[in-house]
Amino acid sequence: MELEAAKMIGAGLAAIALAGAGVGIGLIFGNYLSGAMRNPSAAQKQFPNLLLGFALAEATGLFGLVVALIILFAF
Amino acid sequence: MATNPMHQFNVYKIGPEIKINGIDLSFTNASLFMLISGIFISLFLLLGTKDRKIVPGKFQLMSEMLYNFISKMISDTAGKKAKPYFSFIFSLFIFVLFCNMVGMLPYSFTVTSHIIVTLAFAMFIFIGVTILGFVIHGFKYLKIFVPSGVPMVLLPIIMIIEIISYLSRPVSLSVRLFANMMAGHTMLKVFGGFVISLGLVAGWLPLTFSVALTGLEILVAFLQAYVFAILTCIYLNDALNLHH
Repeated sequence: MELEAAKMIGAGLAAIALAGAGVGIGLIFGNYLSGAMRNPSAAQKQFPNLLLGFALAEATGLFGLVVALIILFAF
Repeated sequence: MATNPMHQFNVYKIGPEIKINGIDLSFTNASLFMLISGIFISLFLLLGTKDRKIVPGKFQLMSEMLYNFISKMISDTAGKKAKPYFSFIFSLFIFVLFCNMVGMLPYSFTVTSHIIVTLAFAMFIFIGVTILGFVIHGFKYLKIFVPSGVPMVLLPIIMIIEIISYLSRPVSLSVRLFANMMAGHTMLKVFGGFVISLGLVAGWLPLTFSVALTGLEILVAFLQAYVFAILTCIYLNDALNLHH
């Protein structure tokens, strides 16, 4: 296979990382909402933790982007 | 107009080339926007502390809110011992925040979308926290790699994992900020390109999406600055209060 084509396929495959990030972010917000519905008075206090978890989960998806960029531009 | 969505991240020289001992120290657009962020921060805080009243004005209220926000964050995550590091974390947070926010202005340059900038921050924090841990606890600081309550059989594996996760801290800290900013700005540019190429017929659709994305990006700009600061606090907490 040509190197250029293989690079493109590799970069595309790196986008699969987004599936995991999507599942993670969905889980975080879903669980936060269900917890907040059960005990609304405790919800406000856990909001920073929600944001922290969201950012941590999103970052793993972005590592996939970095891999794609390395494949495309660094080699 | 630039058609390439990556064109916005180009670094170019402004003014004459300055070289000292073979190191290029020229003034670039990145340095210009760091300077602009610095000026904005100084203006904001100077206005906030100019005439201090018991009933605060707009700017004083905003600066006080920012101060209380960071102060509360540090005491919640790192405890009382982290109080002396308030000024460091405050300046870190406000600089990252203003760099992200200045980058949201059209035709501006986002300083934090370059990995070298964020890696410099992250390495500074990582090395600083490691030195701090060794200064406070001596060689007992190595206990951070040995969690308590782990069976002896698993200990070697856990230790290797802990060491790898400790060493990957600067990488994850810097890549998180850089990748978020870069991905967001590239996405905005791509949707902006759709508006132009679809024209008057269907261009309004990506335009509305673009407006919503700008709102999201402003949220992400704040969130990433917050996460950067809070993770610094968590690392500081590990060094100050050795739990393991």
